[in-house]
Amino acid sequence: MTAFFTWLAGLPPLLQIPVVIVAFAVVVGLILFFVEIAPRPGRVYTVIRLAVAVVVPAVVVLLLGVYNSAVWLVPVAAVLGGALFLLDFRSRGGKGYVLQLIAFMLPALALVLIGLAYPLIKTIGSSFFSNDSSRFVGLNNFAYIFSGGSGGLIDLINQIVWVLVTPVIATAIGLAYAVFIDKSHGEKVLKVFVFMPVAISFVGASIIFSFFYDYQQGNQIGLLNQIAVWFGGQPVNWLQTSPLNDALLIVILIWTQTGFAMVLLSAAIKGIPDEQQEAAELDGANAFQRFRNVTIPGIRPTIVVTWITISIVSLKVYDIIAATTQGQNGTGVISYDMVGLFNNLPPQTGTSSAEAVLLFILILPFLIFNANNIRKQRLGL
Amino acid sequence: MIATDVDPRSARKVAAATRRAESNAFKNAKNRLTSRGATIAAIVIAVLWTIPTFGLFVTSFRPPADINTSGWWTVFANPALTISNYVNTLNFDDGGISVGQSFLNSLVIVIPATVFPIVIAALAAYGFAWINFRGKNLLFILVFSLQIVPIQVAISPLLSLFSTGLTIGNWAVFPGLNLNSVADSFARIWISHTMFALPLAIFLLHNFISAIPADIMEAARVDGAGHGQIFLRIVLPLSTPAIASFAILQFLWVWNDLLVGTIFTSGGNFPITKVITDLAGNFGQSWYLLSAGSFLAIILPLIVFFALQRFFVRGLLAGATKG
Repeated sequence: MTAFFTWLAGLPPLLQIPVVIVAFAVVVGLILFFVEIAPRPGRVYTVIRLAVAVVVPAVVVLLLGVYNSAVWLVPVAAVLGGALFLLDFRSRGGKGYVLQLIAFMLPALALVLIGLAYPLIKTIGSSFFSNDSSRFVGLNNFAYIFSGGSGGLIDLINQIVWVLVTPVIATAIGLAYAVFIDKSHGEKVLKVFVFMPVAISFVGASIIFSFFYDYQQGNQIGLLNQIAVWFGGQPVNWLQTSPLNDALLIVILIWTQTGFAMVLLSAAIKGIPDEQQEAAELDGANAFQRFRNVTIPGIRPTIVVTWITISIVSLKVYDIIAATTQGQNGTGVISYDMVGLFNNLPPQTGTSSAEAVLLFILILPFLIFNANNIRKQRLGL
Repeated sequence: MIATDVDPRSARKVAAATRRAESNAFKNAKNRLTSRGATIAAIVIAVLWTIPTFGLFVTSFRPPADINTSGWWTVFANPALTISNYVNTLNFDDGGISVGQSFLNSLVIVIPATVFPIVIAALAAYGFAWINFRGKNLLFILVFSLQIVPIQVAISPLLSLFSTGLTIGNWAVFPGLNLNSVADSFARIWISHTMFALPLAIFLLHNFISAIPADIMEAARVDGAGHGQIFLRIVLPLSTPAIASFAILQFLWVWNDLLVGTIFTSGGNFPITKVITDLAGNFGQSWYLLSAGSFLAIILPLIVFFALQRFFVRGLLAGATKG
């Protein structure tokens, strides 16, 4: 596999796309072909199943290069494959059942396990060890952050401000906008203006707003300062003025997320039956009363989902800080700071992991809420 | 004969109806009034939301000398426009790769990183939906939960897994990808993006695949199709809308990503977001570069967005938890 990727990296960039996709398609094709013929009765297919069960694990071990460190691993994998075949042969779901299940589920589950579950556990572990991972230090890394080391405490507070402020304002403006334009002429066109920033990267949005906030000696080229000048004020170096700069950076995130909130809430508003609105109207409710007593209760679940989703985005946001202030002048957040600590030479693995863990703890309530929801949904099915 | 005498009851009804109509007309007028206020508020928001983008967009077409001496709003008084900023930016090379090359890199990253998770997740989603096994619900909830784990949590262990592998005691469980000497390999970023995308992809596709009527599956099975054929001939074609929705989400997510690109690429294969961020750090006042550069970076997502908005919205509505 290393050889393949090395060879691939030598190709012109655009040629790499079809090559790697064809290679991938061949592997998936083989999986599907095997899954198709696996349950067929007859000696030939039994032999095929046995061969696949024994050979594939061994080949995977070879491809991953594990044999370099342990030659004996290849036969072990083959033997385990054989055991798998026996298990499959006697499975209650019929011959080929276990192998088929593995063929469908294993690629995704292995990747999720390696890419998310294992790193999560590893990072939690590292947060209790020193920066060079050599000795156990207990909660020292966390104590260091909370005592303000490497700007940790300010960054943590900033991060919490981001998470609390962004979703509230973005959801509020998104909801107001969705209500304002509902059933109006040109609703679709009006939607696009606010929705478009959703497709713009945080990096692009950051540069758009850096220019908007730009500060110059003499003639202003940033609109915000020019407006200040027009009204007789003094231009301000916005992004270097703390704590105003935090608010202005949060504006960037609000700008990108409002459209998302608007689209979700707009769809929910359209889901409220017209009769409810009409009934309220007949009872003499005015527009605001109808909004409070019909619209809001009707879309409450969507408001919660929107709010949670934007909170999660604000927790993870790294790009805006990276593309604007790089955490200078009191704008740092732990989701940015931990990457810097990790990229240090030598990497501050302990502190960095501890900040990542704090980030995860902040996200945990949302995770539990979501998991609970989906559990209820699935049990209800 | 025309009935001339009117039943008093129906007269009352008519009067009531008239009153109601009048009060309705009054109410409608009031509603229209508030809705006019609402429309004005909406237009104000729309303008506020558009001006920053518009300002930078206009700037990207102004000669560099003008950009730094006068505001973009003066362009309406004395219009002088050029596309040379874009040409210069595409070729601009800050001692690494040019912005144009980084655009290609983003393309090389985004296409496989969109295709891989879709296919792998579709396989798993089919397994979750149509193959019964013990612990299925619990496994599904676990995978779903991992969807919002911050990437920040995963980068350090994953990077060391790629470069030095995993060693427990003296035993190297996995020796790493051995790509440390191959500077410009995209393998690491393809794999990382695929891993990070899978939970959401599985969730979205599962919602759709599990809703396919069981009769169709049964009919195919009676006709002698196995899981392979059912997946290829029935499930994939029927889930095109869900696949399209996820593909757009993933395309935008990968193209716009900075963090994964920063960690899992190096020098020669930086994506455009990384190169533009570096430009912003090193040339913060060179607005001719930054304006043109950021529009080069957002042009493709915007095209995708406008062309496929319907699928995009559907994807957002279906999977509103990914950050």
